[in-house]
Amino acid sequence: MKTIQFREAVQQAMSEEMRKDESIYLMGEEVAEYNGAYKASKGMLDEFGPDRVIDTPISELGFSGIGIGSAMNGNRPIIEFMTFNFSLVGIDQIINNAAKIRQMSGGQFNCPIVFRGPTASAGQLGATHSQAFESWYANCPGLKVIVPSNPYDAKGLLKSAIRDDDPVIFMESEQMYGDKGEVPEEEYVIEIGKADIKREGTDVTIVSFGKIIKEAYKAADELEKEGISAEVIDLRTIRPMDHATIIESVKKTNRLVILEEAWPFGNISTEITYQVQEQAFDFLDAPIIKINTADTPAPYSPVLLKEWLPNSEDVVKAVKKVMYK
Amino acid sequence: MKKITKATYLKWYEDMLFWRKFEDKLAQVYIQQKVRGFLHLYNGQEAILAGALHAMDTDKDRMITAYRNHVQPIGLGVDPKRVMAELYGKGTGTSQGLGGSMHIFSKEHRFYGGHGIVGGQIPLGAGLAFADKYFKRDAVTLTFMGDGATRQGSLHETLTMAVNWNLPVVFCVENNGYAMGTSVARTARSTDIYKLGNGYEMPCAPVDAMDPEKVAEALDEAIARARKGEGPTFLELKTYRYRGHSMSDAQHYRTKDEVAEYQKIDPITKVRNILIDKKYATEDDIKKIDKRVKDKVKECEEFAEESAFPEKNVMYDVVYEQEDYPFLPHKL
Ligand SMILES: Cc1ncc(C[n+]2csc(CCOP(=O)(O)OP(=O)(O)O)c2C)c(N)n1
Ligand SMILES: [Mg+2]
Repeated sequence: MKTIQFREAVQQAMSEEMRKDESIYLMGEEVAEYNGAYKASKGMLDEFGPDRVIDTPISELGFSGIGIGSAMNGNRPIIEFMTFNFSLVGIDQIINNAAKIRQMSGGQFNCPIVFRGPTASAGQLGATHSQAFESWYANCPGLKVIVPSNPYDAKGLLKSAIRDDDPVIFMESEQMYGDKGEVPEEEYVIEIGKADIKREGTDVTIVSFGKIIKEAYKAADELEKEGISAEVIDLRTIRPMDHATIIESVKKTNRLVILEEAWPFGNISTEITYQVQEQAFDFLDAPIIKINTADTPAPYSPVLLKEWLPNSEDVVKAVKKVMYK
Repeated sequence: MKKITKATYLKWYEDMLFWRKFEDKLAQVYIQQKVRGFLHLYNGQEAILAGALHAMDTDKDRMITAYRNHVQPIGLGVDPKRVMAELYGKGTGTSQGLGGSMHIFSKEHRFYGGHGIVGGQIPLGAGLAFADKYFKRDAVTLTFMGDGATRQGSLHETLTMAVNWNLPVVFCVENNGYAMGTSVARTARSTDIYKLGNGYEMPCAPVDAMDPEKVAEALDEAIARARKGEGPTFLELKTYRYRGHSMSDAQHYRTKDEVAEYQKIDPITKVRNILIDKKYATEDDIKKIDKRVKDKVKECEEFAEESAFPEKNVMYDVVYEQEDYPFLPHKL
């Protein structure tokens, strides 16, 4: 094993796949000469040259669509959004073209493309730069959505995403790029659609994904001190969702708390809640609690942002509530 | 155009210097982590704002820009203390601490933001002009954008309609050479951004924007055209930013020599030299202005430091006009 940063995991996954498959290219703002706005493509221009590591103008609609068109014609593009906030400029291409080309053409065209970049908040960046659109993309049939939370998962899942023949939304975080973790020296991939039990426990299930899962770990540590054993499940893939792992855990713990950094209305937590009540209603000993951001655009001020974001204290409180403690 | 006089030059010097020092102060307090998030500073581009304010009728014309937006509202009359407080995230800030660095607004002074999504403000600018035309108001909107923003579809869609509908708007591209680390030459075959206007048969021109007089002249002509109902103009204001794109930018995409070349034609130095050469001011007068500027920046800092953070409920209060909007519950 080797300890690397999250950004290196992303870079390694892309580079390893690009070495094996000439049809793959990386395109986006500042990905080449600048080595990535967050240095997630460091060294790739040098290795692969400007035909395969391509800087674009600030034209998200155009380069999303160019990526999709090329995917219909033999390429396997990786399109980087500097952040997914900016993917909204190109979202028409993703929803109306990438997600539907295969279906509308009766299965004639594949669209093997990955859209990747950071999601959700990253400090005091204000309302337009602190948004989580996992549920928007996951709502759309035709797409797959992956949100890893550590370097190991990021590398294994990104490689799978690049090899996948369908369009994949792959979401990272500015606040994870510096995180370190162990990855094997040898090649590995992680199957899309499989959740991972990051911490086993018996009293309560906490489901989360992406960078906010760190708050769930903190909460689990806190709870352990009080003799409460929390199982933490990392969803890793949002769509398709691994219901089985969640249901199995809930059948064991009988209590569920969901932690997701997103607006509360109709989000991923809502979907999990529905699935669990449908598939494991009789196993629940308490109503499910979901912990999300406030139901408002992200505020800038540090005091308001702190209030707006979910944190480990919220998780501890929720766990105690579902345990009637 | 309003005549450019001794008073104009004195005002330009004091304003531009204040904007420069205000931004320098922000850089300083950013390093102390009192201001967080992104911080895009205007250093080097001040002649654009100075010239634009001279050409505008600041009692009725409007302005909108992107996220490099701290000093424009100040130029339009917003109390700089409140801009500084916004960056500190304080309740006395222009948006009560909700907007932050990229999202400064002032309805009172007709400053429509402050926009974080590149190109997002361009149609809004035309929309402000649309309403003025609709209601037959005599106002013109200056819509600013960066060179990088000209590659967004939003510009091209907006230009099509703005020219077709004769909207009273002036599109002002602040070409500072770079969009983050990407030079203009790397984003398009044609580096003469103003020529984009030709494709829409919109009057267009390049402007030496290191000189406030030249900016004022070009904008005066464009504003007059818009006011007469003859539609929009597309201007490429050639400028330069001295600092990095935001605060964490190693600037490997340019040389120190290049920055130094532009500092030789610094707009504030140019205005200062004119003050002296034309005997509009003595070295002593200038020292007094410098001192005033320094004190004013200090006042802004103190105000921001001393102001209180906003109450938690403002986070909800300002989202909807509806007073009793039923937000989903948040904390347990
Ligand atoms: C739609 C969108 N894409 C990307 C970004 C990230 N971004 C912020 S500023 C910027 C460069 C803009 O350059 P330019 O328009 O020249 O303005 P300048 O910063 O030079 O004033 C980029 C790519 C963004 N904010 N919005
Ligand atoms: Mg620029």
